[in-house]
Amino acid sequence: MTSLVLDLPDWPGHRAGQHVDVRLTAEDGYQAQRSYSIASAPDDQRLVLTVERLQDGEVSPYLVEVLRAGDELELRGPIGGFFVWEESFGGPLVLVGGGSGVVPLRSMLRQWAAGSRAVPVRLLYSSRSVEEVIYRSELLGYASDYDLADVRLALTREWPEDYTGHTGRIDPALLADLAGPSEERPLIYVCGPNGFVEAAAGWLVELGHGPERIRTERFGPTGT
Amino acid sequence: MSPISRGFTGRRRPVADPARLPPGQYEERGFPVLAAGPTPHTPLEQWSFRIDGAVRSAPSWTWEEFLALPAETPTVDIHCVTKWSKFDTRWRGVSVDTLLGGVVTEAEYLTAWSDGGYTTNLPLDDVTGGKAWVAYEYDGEPLHPEHGGPARLLVPHLYFWKSAKWVRGLTLTLDDEPGFWENYGYHNRGDPWLEQRYQGD
Repeated sequence: MTSLVLDLPDWPGHRAGQHVDVRLTAEDGYQAQRSYSIASAPDDQRLVLTVERLQDGEVSPYLVEVLRAGDELELRGPIGGFFVWEESFGGPLVLVGGGSGVVPLRSMLRQWAAGSRAVPVRLLYSSRSVEEVIYRSELLGYASDYDLADVRLALTREWPEDYTGHTGRIDPALLADLAGPSEERPLIYVCGPNGFVEAAAGWLVELGHGPERIRTERFGPTGT
Repeated sequence: MSPISRGFTGRRRPVADPARLPPGQYEERGFPVLAAGPTPHTPLEQWSFRIDGAVRSAPSWTWEEFLALPAETPTVDIHCVTKWSKFDTRWRGVSVDTLLGGVVTEAEYLTAWSDGGYTTNLPLDDVTGGKAWVAYEYDGEPLHPEHGGPARLLVPHLYFWKSAKWVRGLTLTLDDEPGFWENYGYHNRGDPWLEQRYQGD
């Protein structure tokens, strides 16, 4: 994972959860473009994209390995108006992220922390290992700084000896505890690889949460 | 003019037939899933398909009746606004021409609506004349819920968000009324060959 910090003189501003399209152009005119979630909050000084390098990728390996400070990048956005959260939407705000799916959720949590923090926020972040947890100290810091913030990890492959959180894949019991009673009508955002999102969103519906209160963003091919 | 990206050459995969790839798209061999909410699972005995809105009478079909309608088996290229295209996808379903066959209307537009609340708007011209289907099989199998099963709209000549998953009906309208993504900044028509991704394209 690499974070790109961008200087955008004419940026119109964005809402937490939105993404941008990045377009690369080779000298012979060949182009490739992909979408990346915005990791920074609307109030942050600079726009930040946090990019996961995909093994067979075309754009992400360039962004992670070739792009250098001072280079120019063509991007378009902000894009997407549904997978967004702003303070007026209320809560409780429940965020469920798998892998790099945490990126737009970090923007939301950061926006929450920068605001009046009037509603509870709870983040569940599933990662293969603690080393792969991005924004770790910042995210865990919210939980220690604010009574209304709750940040939990689920580590699926390996974990430190003194780790006391959830191990293995997420499950319905973990989601039930995270989301709380459905009568509280939490506003739930789920982002990650499709299999992760499909499972989490399906369980949340089975737990009684209204599909209209669950917003999803999915990435990655399924091969099916 | 796009700026040259220093050091970018691309990982150009051989595209079987480059003329079939719209601008800004790449060829995908898998079948990615995109959806704004949880996947609905409507039992087939509760499923129906309805044509309503600006029509004299509103036909509807149960699942069994729908399967008994004359079916077609289009093989088409599909194009997602998130940049992937997939060639030669094989479907089975009912042509929208068949569904609209007995319908008397002055409408020029329609809104396709789905389980889960999704909607998308289309000019009638874009779904008639052999250009659109309500598909219930993909690649010889019942359409998987993640891909819109039991049935989805299939309008392959437009970006794939127009091919509403979990479609349950078409509401014919006199005026063009933006649907779900069309209200969130995506292009009203979505022609991939004109790269109509977002409002203003």
